[in-house]
Amino acid sequence: MWEYSDKVREHFFNPRNSGPLEEANGIGDVGSIQCGDALRLMLKVEPETEIIQDAHFQTFGCGSAIASSSALTEMIKGMTLDQALEVSNQNIADYLDGLPPEKMHCSVMGREALQAAIANYRGEEWSDDHEEGALICKCFAIDAVMIEDVVKANNLNTVEEVTFYTKAGGGCAACHEGIEEILAKVMAERAGPGEVSPPPACPATPEAPKPPTKKLSIVEKIAKIQEVLESVRPMLQRDHGDVELADVQGKKIYVHLKGACSGCMMEAATLGGIQQKMIEVLGELVQVLPSSHMPVEA
Amino acid sequence: MKPIYLDNNATTRVDPAVVEAMLPFFTEHFGNASSIHAFGSEVGKALKKARSQVQALLGAEHDSEIIFTSCGTESDSTAILSALKAQPDRNTVITTNVEHPAILTLCDWLEKEGYIVHKLKVDKKGRIDLDEYKSLLHDRVAIVSAMWANNETGTIFPVVEMAEMAAAKGIMFHTDAVQAVGKIPIDLKNTKIDMLSLSGHKLHAPKGIGVLYLRRGCRFRPLLRGGHQERGRRAGTENSASIVALGMACELAQQKMDVENTEVRRLRDKLEKGILSQVTHAFVTGDPSNRLPNTANIAFEYIEGEAILLLLNKVGIACSSGSACTSGSLEPSHVMRAMGIPYTAAHGTIRFSLSVYNTEEEIDRVIEAVPPIVAQLRKLSPYWTDKGPAANPEAAFAPTYA
Repeated sequence: MWEYSDKVREHFFNPRNSGPLEEANGIGDVGSIQCGDALRLMLKVEPETEIIQDAHFQTFGCGSAIASSSALTEMIKGMTLDQALEVSNQNIADYLDGLPPEKMHCSVMGREALQAAIANYRGEEWSDDHEEGALICKCFAIDAVMIEDVVKANNLNTVEEVTFYTKAGGGCAACHEGIEEILAKVMAERAGPGEVSPPPACPATPEAPKPPTKKLSIVEKIAKIQEVLESVRPMLQRDHGDVELADVQGKKIYVHLKGACSGCMMEAATLGGIQQKMIEVLGELVQVLPSSHMPVEA
Repeated sequence: MKPIYLDNNATTRVDPAVVEAMLPFFTEHFGNASSIHAFGSEVGKALKKARSQVQALLGAEHDSEIIFTSCGTESDSTAILSALKAQPDRNTVITTNVEHPAILTLCDWLEKEGYIVHKLKVDKKGRIDLDEYKSLLHDRVAIVSAMWANNETGTIFPVVEMAEMAAAKGIMFHTDAVQAVGKIPIDLKNTKIDMLSLSGHKLHAPKGIGVLYLRRGCRFRPLLRGGHQERGRRAGTENSASIVALGMACELAQQKMDVENTEVRRLRDKLEKGILSQVTHAFVTGDPSNRLPNTANIAFEYIEGEAILLLLNKVGIACSSGSACTSGSLEPSHVMRAMGIPYTAAHGTIRFSLSVYNTEEEIDRVIEAVPPIVAQLRKLSPYWTDKGPAANPEAAFAPTYA
């Protein structure tokens, strides 16, 4: 059975605010296709102040779905709608002292019910902005749809690249077969009929970079480096991390890893991925290193 | 209060007599059966006895038809891969879509490797269509693999008849009988079944021991090659303590076969009636008229299985569920989906599986415990109102699915 925190168990065995709410003026009905769970969130909003005076839920779902619903109602009572919209699924999971990776979608369902209920109160149409698929990477809770989308959008070819872009496969590595299957499928679609080639079993060694037509000036080079960093920042920020250029010394590019990226077990993969992009864009072999590796000035 | 174990289709308690039989083989009779000296020959004799005990329970003609393996999954893989390897001109496997993952996952992989797999569909009660089956038997089929009894519902397939139909066309027949062995009488010598898998821990022997029955004369290719153990058909030093244990467990199962089919069946029926008479919007899944005597699978509509299990566990009752959340997969049980059970019921299926160790008092306690738990969860369900299910449940609550 799952390893649920004491807080999850407690909210499941003694759910708060369950059952219909007669005076509700904002209702959100959402479901997670991931496991068939579904949740109705009912809000009583004070129109003048937009403060959530009361919140109730009804849930068709497992222990963590019920606990997530219960936690959500407790968290948002007393908030204004705008404050409530700031509540992320991670906040819900944190409130419960964490959820097993397979169960993170329960907290996502909570956040979506909240958005749907607020949209309903405001007379807006709410539509879901993401699709969930089969869970591939259990270490980082990454599903098949996410991996496939990222592989397609970025023309990825190796498991290593998938790990850099999504973190999937960066932990215990048990899901590499699953990632390879997705790569094979997308690459086959990309290649079109008749020229299917399986993904390389080992990470491909980067091709020898072509010599640049003209040598970049240091200013041009730094501009390009900044460009690459800007392109990866949104991805890191999604995981509450960030990156910033520290210094360029010859072939060595030093970066500050910030937020969740600093000290993350995926640091090497993150830097490796950035390095790969740098080599492609700059057309020369460079090394990307954390700023902690910068030589100390004598 | 003493916990109640009603999850015997998952695994069983090792019978104390079985433990007693196996213990000397760790310390006193620790020899390798292949050795010439006295330490080895003692073990050799014990293995021979165990083999004949398994032979007796299965009704096999020869004791050399019993091959000891490490588990049911190994037996299943050995059987199917052997049939494909031994008949390179045949590339098709016929199975059903309610098999255990030990078969289905292997078949999915075989499909990726270029083999053709036909999965027979089942009807609402989990029964296959023998006419459809017959139409699929052709000379490119290497093997048919159909479970004797379903692990979730207990529904029994007509494997004896299916094996005869396959044999008439010269096709090998394998059955995954891990749930059936020890619960219903089996007499292999009077059937056309070529291969059968069993698993020790489902019949009160330890985990880590299984058997592949292989009819004499059936073409075979080993999965593991190496030493000459099991006549070269399954290399690897014999797990002698567990083999002795399995032999003992088979003997006990044979002795208790009547109890299983009278007393255990009576308790199962009492449990089922007791629950269904108190809980509305609940029904038995599978084929109630043709199933294992120990299994009751009940779908509780509009609530979810894992939540039921957690609450049952709190009052000391152990069983299992076909809900997606308990399997860690995307879908609720493939068996429930195959039978066309709606999502709102498939998620709430609970399997009660009894053994000869369950008592009347235990069953009474479960009958008492289940209805309030179902009521408690239905109170939380958006498909449910005070008076029962919402007037048109699917319309009253139609969430946006993400």
